[in-house]
Amino acid sequence: MKISMPFKPIGIIAGLLFFLLAGVILVLWQLPIITIPLLVITVAGLLLGVAYLTYAERKIIGYIQVRIGPNRVGPRGWLQPIADAVKLMFKEIIFPSTANRFLFVAAPALTMAPALAAWAVIPFDDKWVFADINAGLLYILAMTSMGVYGVILAGWASNSKYAFLGAMRSAAQIVAYEIAMGFALVGVLMAAGSLNLSDIVNAQRGDYGFLNWYWLPLLPLFLIYFISGLAETNRAPFDVAEGESEIVAGFHVEYSGMLFAVFFLAEYLNMILIAALTALLFLGGWLSPFQGTMLETAFAWVPGIAWFLMKTSIFLFLFLWLRATFPRYRYDQIMRLGWKVFIPLTIVWILVLGILILVELPPWFSTAGV
Amino acid sequence: MAIFNYLKSLSLHELFKGMSVTWRYLFRPKITVQYPEEKTPMSPRFRGHHALRRYSDGEERCIACKLCEAVCPALAITIEAEPRDDGSRRTTRYDVDLYKCIFCGFCEEACPVDAIVETRKFEYHGAVKGDLLLTKDKLLAIGDELEPQIAADRAQDAPYR
Repeated sequence: MKISMPFKPIGIIAGLLFFLLAGVILVLWQLPIITIPLLVITVAGLLLGVAYLTYAERKIIGYIQVRIGPNRVGPRGWLQPIADAVKLMFKEIIFPSTANRFLFVAAPALTMAPALAAWAVIPFDDKWVFADINAGLLYILAMTSMGVYGVILAGWASNSKYAFLGAMRSAAQIVAYEIAMGFALVGVLMAAGSLNLSDIVNAQRGDYGFLNWYWLPLLPLFLIYFISGLAETNRAPFDVAEGESEIVAGFHVEYSGMLFAVFFLAEYLNMILIAALTALLFLGGWLSPFQGTMLETAFAWVPGIAWFLMKTSIFLFLFLWLRATFPRYRYDQIMRLGWKVFIPLTIVWILVLGILILVELPPWFSTAGV
Repeated sequence: MAIFNYLKSLSLHELFKGMSVTWRYLFRPKITVQYPEEKTPMSPRFRGHHALRRYSDGEERCIACKLCEAVCPALAITIEAEPRDDGSRRTTRYDVDLYKCIFCGFCEEACPVDAIVETRKFEYHGAVKGDLLLTKDKLLAIGDELEPQIAADRAQDAPYR
């Protein structure tokens, strides 16, 4: 069937642009002047982080496969991501003739915007957070769930069967794992008693250093959260939405040039976000691992943000390591894991956690020490 | 037993096993060959670019028997022949179409006088359309250029033929 009526998106685009501009001006008006350069630095840092995450991915996976990875552009291949970015910028954007042009362009933006917006509530260090809101965790959940709209719209707007299949898979998968992820977060907020990310980190403060962090009492939730995070970001071994050997590239088959690059950016931004969140929720964010031990003073010179970035990079490395290790899950196995393993497990552990909190198990849940 | 297996899968034991393997491979010496600077060893039987050889007195070896043309599975070889002024049988045309050639080496095996050979030359390209349609002149020129290497390779392989 031919889509005969040409879609005229001018009005909608103009309206959206107006609201976007109004929103930006309003927000900037409210912000203290110092925040604007910080915003620029953060966004630039994130984008640079994405660029070099792709480089790290190619290098690390190469090393695991007994290859050496990219090493031709610049010394040791350090300029490879720059070359890739330049290449993508100069490539032509091809619109499939039966695609819905407006949604085709809007979809990458819809995946990218929430991936960036979620960083507003991430505390990089004590008080180093753009929006210190009490519903931080809720906001994160809302933002990461928004990303799936971009994927679904991309698959639908491309009007291609592979893209559509990829979008359907991705939607089902993200819905399934969102629940397990939500339950894992319920555990964290039960333990911390707060939705504010800074409060959650501060609640992990204690006299036993890294043993005080939530990864230990919440170990199953920690693992489930990270694995669900892998599934949420459509990373291997849960990358059926892309499944290049089955459905070519899934939802972004029809994309090229900068539109494709935006999807790519969003995927890697989400990876960094999940890694940062895991570090915040389960590994005590910016807290030093030697807190309360005799090594604390010896490492007092390390700024909190360094600990935070270190913990984040550990999880980012884990993303790549897992990708290099495990083959892709079959689709029905992914659904089984999400619905029949993770959700029951998280519910059971939330009950266990409730009991642990009731008996005020030291050192994590004792109210006497606080 | 079922409960044991269930607990074992919960411990992620096998996932950690797999990850330990990849962790060890991360530090293995890498086997990548940095191609233009480094090259892998090459067999004397390497089948690369074609060449036509001459005898040491400069006489071309090919006697236009057309065995190579007949054996060629890709029909890449085209030969036309006429008696030369001195009465010997020689080719007037000997074309190898490298677009068709599959580098099986049958032409070389079929040749009774070791005239058509496949050399070690593999780093070549066609810049202009038709560059990869080899004519008799081009083939003889390459033969002349690479003759020492070709002769050495044939001598090395001779005991096994």
